[in-house]
Amino acid sequence: MTTTTLMPPVGFSAPRTKGAVVGRLADVWAMTRRNLVHISREPMQLSDVTLQPVLFTILFVYIFGGAIPIPGGGTYVDYLLAGMLALNLVTSTMGTAVGLSTDLHEGMIDRFRALPMWRSAVLVGRSMADLLTSCLCALIVGITGLAVGWRPGANYISIVGGFLLVLFFAYALTWIAACVGLNSKSPESAASFGFIVLFPMTFVSNALVPTGHMPGWMQAIATWNPVSAVVAGTRVLWGNPNPSGRIQAWPMQHPVWAALIWSVVLLAVFAPLAAHFFKRRTTE
Amino acid sequence: MAAEEMIQAEGLTKAYGSTQALAGVDFAVPAGTILGLLGPNGAGKTTAVRILTTLAVPDAGRGTVAGFDVVRQPGEVRRHIGVAAQDATLDPLLTGRQNLVLVGELSDMGRGAARARASELLAQFELTDAADRVLKGYSGGMRRRLDLAASMMTRPPVLFLDEPTTGLDPTSRSRVWDAIRELLGDGVTVLLTTQYLDEADALAHRIVVVDHGRVIADGTPMELKEASRSAHLEVTLSSPDVAAVGAIAPLVAGKVHVSDDGRRLSAGVDASTGLATAVVRALDAAGVTVDNIEVRQPSLDDVFFSLTGGHIELEEFGDMDGSSADGSGGDGSGRRDGSGGDDEVGTTTTSASASEFEEVRT
Repeated sequence: MTTTTLMPPVGFSAPRTKGAVVGRLADVWAMTRRNLVHISREPMQLSDVTLQPVLFTILFVYIFGGAIPIPGGGTYVDYLLAGMLALNLVTSTMGTAVGLSTDLHEGMIDRFRALPMWRSAVLVGRSMADLLTSCLCALIVGITGLAVGWRPGANYISIVGGFLLVLFFAYALTWIAACVGLNSKSPESAASFGFIVLFPMTFVSNALVPTGHMPGWMQAIATWNPVSAVVAGTRVLWGNPNPSGRIQAWPMQHPVWAALIWSVVLLAVFAPLAAHFFKRRTTE
Repeated sequence: MAAEEMIQAEGLTKAYGSTQALAGVDFAVPAGTILGLLGPNGAGKTTAVRILTTLAVPDAGRGTVAGFDVVRQPGEVRRHIGVAAQDATLDPLLTGRQNLVLVGELSDMGRGAARARASELLAQFELTDAADRVLKGYSGGMRRRLDLAASMMTRPPVLFLDEPTTGLDPTSRSRVWDAIRELLGDGVTVLLTTQYLDEADALAHRIVVVDHGRVIADGTPMELKEASRSAHLEVTLSSPDVAAVGAIAPLVAGKVHVSDDGRRLSAGVDASTGLATAVVRALDAAGVTVDNIEVRQPSLDDVFFSLTGGHIELEEFGDMDGSSADGSGGDGSGRRDGSGGDDEVGTTTTSASASEFEEVRT
């Protein structure tokens, strides 16, 4: 310990108070960077958005590719890629649940709560960091797809729109994941959310195979599954084969709109709910 | 009055389920002073700190910090406080520097100011070499020092330090003590909780003892020792003399204990002022020659045990030993320092004198 004084003679000056909005954005940005540093410290955390998409895309294309006929024609890889993007982004939202649950179980949350910061920045910062890793994931899926023969048949704006449609849906899902993370007893139980909800949700849809062969009841679920709308909407925007267009149900006839509505509704319901759970969880 | 009290607790009550953590606690900390909140584990110290730092809401009662109500103006309170909580509350995946900068940024300091302040504090807490290492590799003492540095990022006028030295080795402990003493020169108000008596004795201007959620004593370290009325008289005679017991009996409280060789007499005494003179005169009048006389003020340990338990039980010593083992022996050496300062003449260690007390009282 040096003998210099810890406090300058000037003494305390209350921290300057920024405008509410600017202050909140600054808090969110600080928290986002913190979560990005976490990812850089433990790169294996990133494997589900870096290695997994490459592996899954290659496996599905070469293993199932020849065996799955696409009703109405087209190659399996053109059919698959939108589903592959959805599969990877949807399942990676599990990371949000685990990350928040971990935060709550470490003393760090008490430090944040005693600081003059915007409390919800803990949640928003987490979701922003997850959105950024989702963008990385989307890029990797796209590049891997191109490498194994995926060819979109639309203009660039429409292609980008397809990516954004899935990213927006995944962002909405992170708020469901946040609710799960805020209500789970441990990070491990938060992780089970992925296997119990997210994987079945993606598989019982048109993401990986055409739904025609499924039993009737399962077809009904798949038709109304938001993941199906998102994937069909992306196929439409990318100009790739979309056999779901033959199904006479509103979401399959208007998949882009259905995907947007699903995303907005999920966001409108689960973001405030997450804020509520966070407040409840951190109030004594 | 409120203007000068930087921290004020009035009738704070808080229950967690069926556990009454606080059952109506009052205390006040004047600006620029250190209050030691002292009590055994589970006494309610941390709950009081959690309420005053806006982390918990009291069931009843009122708390103000820097003039702001902790329930109604939590944002203002948070702008004026620094907190070093009992559990390390830093991010294990960030470096020491990143942790401090994050705390600064979240306190609206601005990135540049936060970086400058972080470097300054890292140097002052001798953490510069470790500044860019991830916290996972820090020792317990380094984490505590960083926690303390984090609480000082915004130069807050009020600091809450919840058991800042629990689990530290003696060297780290004395560094933390130095840091806390330095704060005083800058007019900072500190609420310090501790279960170490010597720590409260060494640092605090005023001590509030809590047990089972209630304040059981409140005063300066000196006042508390006086109030315990357990000063201790010890006389060594040149040779055994039966007249000695009769001569000093009227001057002491309770029984006079005579050692096996008959040369050492000891007894508890109520008031110590002028006592030595009176004892010497009484013994001289009885024709007894005296080699040595000691009037020992009680250590805070004595006060603490008499307040919280009434008796010194072996079990409690077991607990204390347990916690000092966690503290890598920091407790032992610190306590020796503490009681050494209290002794007027004597050099007996606290635990030895404590068992003597029990003997004398019965």
